[in-house]
Amino acid sequence: MDKKPTSTLLDRSLGGLSSVAAALIAIVIGLALGLVVLLALDAQHAWKDGFVPILQAGFRNATNESLAKVGMHLSTLGQEIVEAAPLILCGLSVAFAFKTGLFNIGAAGQYTVGAFGGLYAALVLHLPWWLCLLFATVFGAVWGAIPGLFKAYLNINEVITSIMFNWVGLYAVNTITYGRGYGIMYNAAQAKTYAIKEVSPQSLIPSKLFGWDLYETFKYGSISIAIFLAVLVAVVVLIVLKRTTFGYELKACGHNPHAAKYAGINEKRSIILAMVIAGALAGFGAGLYYLAGGAQWNPQDSTTLPSMGFDGISVALLASLHPVGCIFSGLFISHLSTGGAQMTQLYFPGEIADVVSGIIIYLCAFSSLFRGWVRRGLIRLFAGKGRKEAKGNDTAD
Amino acid sequence: MTLLIKYTLIYGIVLMLVALGGCFSEHSGIINIALEGIMVIGGVMGLLVLVNLPPEISAFAKVFLCMAVAGLSGLAYSALLAFASINLKADQTIGGTALNLLATAVALVLVKRYNTTTQSPKLTFVNADFLFNIGPITVNWFLVVGVVLLIVSMVVLYKTRFGMRLMACGEHPQAADSVGINVYRMRWAGVLISGFLGGLGGLAYIVPAVQIWNFEGGVTGMGFLALAVMIFGQWKPGRIFLAAMFFAVFKALANIYDSTFLSALNMTKEVYNMMPFLASMVILAFTSKNSRAPKAEGIPYDKGQR
Amino acid sequence: MAEYVIEMLHITKEFPGIRANDDITLQLKKGEIHALLGENGAGKSTLMSVLFGLYQPEHGTILKNGQPVTIRDPNDANALHIGMVHQHFKLVECYTVLDNIILGVEPTRFGFLQKQQAREKVQSLSERYGLKVDLDAKVEDITVGMQQRTEILKMLYRDNEILIFDEPTAVLTPQEIEELMAVMKNLAAEGKSILFISHKLSEIMAVADRCTVLRKGKCIGTVNTADTTPEALSAMMVGRQVELTIDKAPAKPGEVVLEVSHLTVPSKVHKGNAVKDVSFTVRRGEILCLAGIEGNGQTQLVHALTGLSRVGGGSVKLLGQDITHATVRRRSRAGMSHIPEDRHKHGLVLDYTLEENMVLQRYWQPEFQKAGFLNFPAMRAYSDRLIEQYDVRSGQGSLTPARAMSGGNQQKAIVAREIDKDPELLVAVQPTRGLDVGAIEYIHHQILAVRDAGKAVLLVSLELDEVMNLSDRILVMYEGELVGQFDPKTVTVEELGLYMAGAKRMEL
Repeated sequence: MDKKPTSTLLDRSLGGLSSVAAALIAIVIGLALGLVVLLALDAQHAWKDGFVPILQAGFRNATNESLAKVGMHLSTLGQEIVEAAPLILCGLSVAFAFKTGLFNIGAAGQYTVGAFGGLYAALVLHLPWWLCLLFATVFGAVWGAIPGLFKAYLNINEVITSIMFNWVGLYAVNTITYGRGYGIMYNAAQAKTYAIKEVSPQSLIPSKLFGWDLYETFKYGSISIAIFLAVLVAVVVLIVLKRTTFGYELKACGHNPHAAKYAGINEKRSIILAMVIAGALAGFGAGLYYLAGGAQWNPQDSTTLPSMGFDGISVALLASLHPVGCIFSGLFISHLSTGGAQMTQLYFPGEIADVVSGIIIYLCAFSSLFRGWVRRGLIRLFAGKGRKEAKGNDTAD
Repeated sequence: MTLLIKYTLIYGIVLMLVALGGCFSEHSGIINIALEGIMVIGGVMGLLVLVNLPPEISAFAKVFLCMAVAGLSGLAYSALLAFASINLKADQTIGGTALNLLATAVALVLVKRYNTTTQSPKLTFVNADFLFNIGPITVNWFLVVGVVLLIVSMVVLYKTRFGMRLMACGEHPQAADSVGINVYRMRWAGVLISGFLGGLGGLAYIVPAVQIWNFEGGVTGMGFLALAVMIFGQWKPGRIFLAAMFFAVFKALANIYDSTFLSALNMTKEVYNMMPFLASMVILAFTSKNSRAPKAEGIPYDKGQR
Repeated sequence: MAEYVIEMLHITKEFPGIRANDDITLQLKKGEIHALLGENGAGKSTLMSVLFGLYQPEHGTILKNGQPVTIRDPNDANALHIGMVHQHFKLVECYTVLDNIILGVEPTRFGFLQKQQAREKVQSLSERYGLKVDLDAKVEDITVGMQQRTEILKMLYRDNEILIFDEPTAVLTPQEIEELMAVMKNLAAEGKSILFISHKLSEIMAVADRCTVLRKGKCIGTVNTADTTPEALSAMMVGRQVELTIDKAPAKPGEVVLEVSHLTVPSKVHKGNAVKDVSFTVRRGEILCLAGIEGNGQTQLVHALTGLSRVGGGSVKLLGQDITHATVRRRSRAGMSHIPEDRHKHGLVLDYTLEENMVLQRYWQPEFQKAGFLNFPAMRAYSDRLIEQYDVRSGQGSLTPARAMSGGNQQKAIVAREIDKDPELLVAVQPTRGLDVGAIEYIHHQILAVRDAGKAVLLVSLELDEVMNLSDRILVMYEGELVGQFDPKTVTVEELGLYMAGAKRMEL
């Protein structure tokens, strides 16, 4: 019993530090392996046309003087920010479910169905943007509820259900949206859903915040206050998890469902609610993207699930499931994929960025190993004086 | 009708091969959710061999080489899962998910690299060497290989020392360890076998049915369906075969609905595409209560902890 | 030929923060039954794991027939003909008895199993040593006793000469224990050397030739059982003379608190009922003890009473209020506290801090939350008070992760939490399992204090000593039914054993 209460602060900060360090280790290794891939594909162009653009990403044109003259030098950065918002939400979705012991691999499906809900509210019902967002959220929540119900009442692993309903959701959304070419939201001329800007401008998420028009700064078409909403949601999620009885119950279920039941916590309710909220977060993320005009849904080409949902897993793991961490990891993953598109496509396909993020999640799967290393290293570093001070301060025993 | 049989056999064998792979992995104690990605890797490597082989090579050699490369590349890729989940004791589901994402990205990089000028994510190939006719029905070599592998799997699992030890590791690794069985090695074997079968299954999915494949969609969820087949088949090869054929009928309907009486129902292709996934959920809902998964699956084995 | 078949000399084995074995020497003669005695945590299992190759010692040597040997893994141990029956059997449940026996040393031809010759060898062994088993039954379908015989046959099939038994009697009925003793003597007579780990003095006195006593990782000494007494062994084991009985005032049973009538609980593993038509009452100011061998329905009964599982039929009333189908939370509000059987599975959220665990049953009360937001200062103050009052020791006080605490202090924390709720009924299931003598005494006194405060206590225990010492009334459970009711002052342990084993029963 030689550890004293005062060393707790040190322990906690070590925990946070080592999580950040573990993420950085995963990122560095991931990028290094990405460079190896680039070298293997085309050694001559690997650095200048491959690796440097990936690292610069949205900042690549920031110093371009001719673009700066027309105010366009920050538009790629704007794109990066636009894509970060849904990523952060998908990351929060995965992280929130994870805290309850559930692996929400279904964020992609919830995102898809959420996008449909938001687009329907905008293109068909012409609702104001915040109501459209609510629609997207509710649609996502419903899709998230399904695996929750299957888990709670039939004890079927949420991973399997989520995967199956990802595909069901995708096919359902596509068939309804397309409607054999006559879907009410489908613009046959563009082979996509109609642009919200043209059909229902009031459904677009605004770009002005307290008089500051983000569009004027970034000159990127679909920039909006979405990123601020994402940050706000992350903070709310943090408070719910850390400060409320609800969060206490959910985390208890995640850590030890038997003990939760013993404590009188309704485990089934917790599982379902956790999945509903996870789905809502993913759906909200889809709303933030599609209602900002980030993209128009293409029901014919979309035979693949949107990558946002899966990238959410990277975001959550990279953040060690910390809600505020998701903001940073979401920005990073967005940075990475923007960077992929900045490479000279003649030499390097943009998917190399996906290879790098794939490697990073793979590394995150055993990030506890990295955390262990870092933790031991830090303790060795601080142990000398930190622990001694802690001992000196203690008089309680 | 012959079309229905043709496609059912194609997809049935794919689902069976991959589900057998899952069966080996899970019997050793490792949940292999990466089968989807392993299929993609096996498929893309096998196809790249196919499109690069000189045309004068014999049909047999072509088929053999493609299959071997598909299986071996799946095996190599599954080593990443084995390393993470066995040696580093990582969460098997997360590791598998990462490999699924990585596989599609890798496949796209490879294919776009091959189509340097067009940057197209599609590969065009000729599948004639894989096909032959029995009466009116066109079948493929994967059917033959698949049936052989099914029988081999049954014998290996139930009649050999290897099978007995493998399943002991998935049920009670501590017991296996206490009688001197190397649990890590058996689990590696289980995962690698599943990698081989998954890789082969990937090629079997792509080659016989079509002559052009878009890798943006990976293998469109077949690996995940195979996991459902494995659960429905109760982790037993014989039942897995039956379950695979059952699911394959649904999958086949999506390919042929417009040329049969079903076209009168006036439903879209997506509805048929959805069918196998919905069917698998319905079946899982009814069978989950008495499913008997290997007891220790999903739990990393740590020699130090007893 | 050396006098000893196995000598473990000066063995030291350390784990982070603890020296589990400290310079221990153990010498085993050929053909003897050698007992290894010690409390939980004394280092017995660690020492045997070293001998079996599961752990490598930091210091010390092992000699086989006078020759130094290294044992790196169970394969090495097997090659030296050392075998072990683990406390928790190492059997693959969905395999047959025969498959379990041959697993790891399967006779094969070109990799294919050849079970016939194995079957013949096992059959002859089973006859020779009187170990009756059904070779084609699956392990999940056979009794614990037969599982143990399977484990013994596993060792004999491998031609093991040195047999280690790790607490083999913990899960057996008194009658099965006697059978096992006979088998062990028979094995020794045939020239096998046996190491027998136990903390039960009577068994050691009955079967062992010599006994080595461990305490807190140190070797206290080796004695001939013929030259010693149980009291002397006990003193060696715990380091002081222990009072094996507790002083307690006679019970003053008052009104009925818990009334169980015709309760049945369906089994989760088979089609029948795990608890069959059970009726009893618990009154204020008494400790009712439910005795029985593990696996006779006690766990299912407690789960039904506490709301963790559903009731098949019958009713449960708490202070007259029907709670048969009530939720766990409602039972808790109605005045039920529950010290669960498995502190890691049910009792604690190991990844939560001690303070978070202390409010596990009360976090929803107005004292600890407002409008859904947790009141952290109140939680801290409450937790600090319980830690102080119930002497729960931990590294970082209220902020210690429960996982980082010792088993005894984890249990104390649970006891503190459940008793401080000031319940009308305390359901305590094996509250002292796996704890050292000091902690056991402490918890016993706490439970007595609850009784003396006029509350009702339902104690479920597998330890006959605990049953006899603590209870005011004993009910025996066998195969899901109540088969006897006794006054601890008038019944003997032997008599209880007959009921627990199903050999006798009375109509209640």
